[in-house]
Amino acid sequence: MGEFAAFTILSLLILIPAVVVVTSKNIVRSALSLVPTLLGVTGFYVLLQAEFVAGIQVLIYAGAITVLLLFVIMLTEGGAGLQVRQVNEQIPLGVTAAVWLAFLLLLVFSRTTWPVAQRGNPPAYSALAIGNAFMTDYVLVFEVTSLVLLVSLVGAIIIARREE
Amino acid sequence: MSTFVEILKAIGLAVLVFTFLAVVGAMFGVYMERKISGWIQARLGPKHVGPQGLLQTIADTVKLLQKEHITPRRADALIFNSAPIIVAVAGLLDWVVIPFGQVGNRFLVVRDINIGVVYFAAMASLTVIGILAGGWASNNKYALLGGLRAASQMISYEIPLALGILWAAMIAGSLSTVSLVEAQRGGWFIFKVPPLGLLAALTFLVAATAEVNRVPFDLPEAESELVAGYFAEYTGMRFALFQLGEYAEMFAFAALFSVLFLGGWDEPSLSRQWAWVWLVLGAGSLALVALIQFRLRHVLLVRPIFILAVMAAGLSLILFFGVMAGRAQVLPSIVWFFVKMFTLVFFLMWMRWTYPRLRLDQLLSLSWKVLLPLGLLNLLITAFIITVAR
Repeated sequence: MGEFAAFTILSLLILIPAVVVVTSKNIVRSALSLVPTLLGVTGFYVLLQAEFVAGIQVLIYAGAITVLLLFVIMLTEGGAGLQVRQVNEQIPLGVTAAVWLAFLLLLVFSRTTWPVAQRGNPPAYSALAIGNAFMTDYVLVFEVTSLVLLVSLVGAIIIARREE
Repeated sequence: MSTFVEILKAIGLAVLVFTFLAVVGAMFGVYMERKISGWIQARLGPKHVGPQGLLQTIADTVKLLQKEHITPRRADALIFNSAPIIVAVAGLLDWVVIPFGQVGNRFLVVRDINIGVVYFAAMASLTVIGILAGGWASNNKYALLGGLRAASQMISYEIPLALGILWAAMIAGSLSTVSLVEAQRGGWFIFKVPPLGLLAALTFLVAATAEVNRVPFDLPEAESELVAGYFAEYTGMRFALFQLGEYAEMFAFAALFSVLFLGGWDEPSLSRQWAWVWLVLGAGSLALVALIQFRLRHVLLVRPIFILAVMAAGLSLILFFGVMAGRAQVLPSIVWFFVKMFTLVFFLMWMRWTYPRLRLDQLLSLSWKVLLPLGLLNLLITAFIITVAR
């Protein structure tokens, strides 16, 4: 019961600001509305007992990405709270895509027999288990991801310097 | 039913922590800051309300409560009004994982979660959203500049901060604050793998000072350049909430530093044959007290040192006699927690009123060119040493 209540509250916490994000005419408000949405997702992680992922979610997404977004918005012309239009002539296409996606999802939901079988305990999501997984089974993926991030960082610096 | 009890417990603890912060963090913190700044500048500081001006902050709070809330005409009212709440709540949430001490087998901590320090860093990083939002919503160029400075500063200093936290977590092999303190029973982390422990502690302390926007890193609120920075337009209790959040954060970082590097609530224990160290320390402090009292002119400038020396003498002598009397734990653990926290807070205030402010480019290059490589190298070398030594 408590879990269901938490799920409902968190879903509202995610969905209502998410609507504001895509409809608000003020771009700073849109960016700020991302914060409750991301924190709501954190709540889901906590419900799923993935505390480490939850902590990282707040640290990276709510604490850093949003701040970076706001920083960039405020340094550019939109920072004055310019009125922006969030819709363009692609509405019919978007609606079609959304309807198809909803249809597919409903199809999947109705074809699945609930609850999906749950045998034994969920895997341990502790920081230790995640670290071990990164350094053993997924070391290649981990290193390649780091390399991609490094390359993008270097690329950003090169692009920024060229303007000087 | 247990959900209900949990929620009640959470509300009760929130009220408790908030009261603690409002009283100890903000009120006493502001009083301490004004007094110490006064002494350092050879002034008396608050003196008139209450004995030695102790009730000055309460009088100020009552004044702030009565003041009108002013929202600037073209400000974004919704964001403007919610920004101080974000800052205050983020400062409050930091305290969930701070352990105050130990009574029997119970730890005095709101919740000991297994990702404690990650949680702390995450909550501390939320403050900047409030600062940035407040700075932007004020519709004031100084406030906006303050907010932008805060954002760039906090993003830069979060990385050295995390490296310092990681160093301690690596040595302890845990992210929980309680087990971090437990791991320091044999020796504080600041003395581990010398001098790397000291280096990590310094990295963390510098980054933490920058993270709470204090001098020499107080560019977001630089009075001489930006009026008051991001809270220039705030009045009354909203201004007080910003102050509360700031002081809560400063006290929280001081507490976390003591948890990570100074053994948290642990008593610095020396065995009986080493007890003379306490006696020497006590005698030295007493000699300093006597020197200041009788030899030097008792000017205001030496008063912080005088008070520190008195406290050090008292503590050392209590410890000496306690150890001689054969007591395992001389003072309760919560006393040690507060001693360490207030020493660090005092240190931060001392820094604030002694050093000038850095320039923005100096501030950023200090983070990216000095602290970040230093922290990374330190982490790497320490990891190598503990792996080889194992």
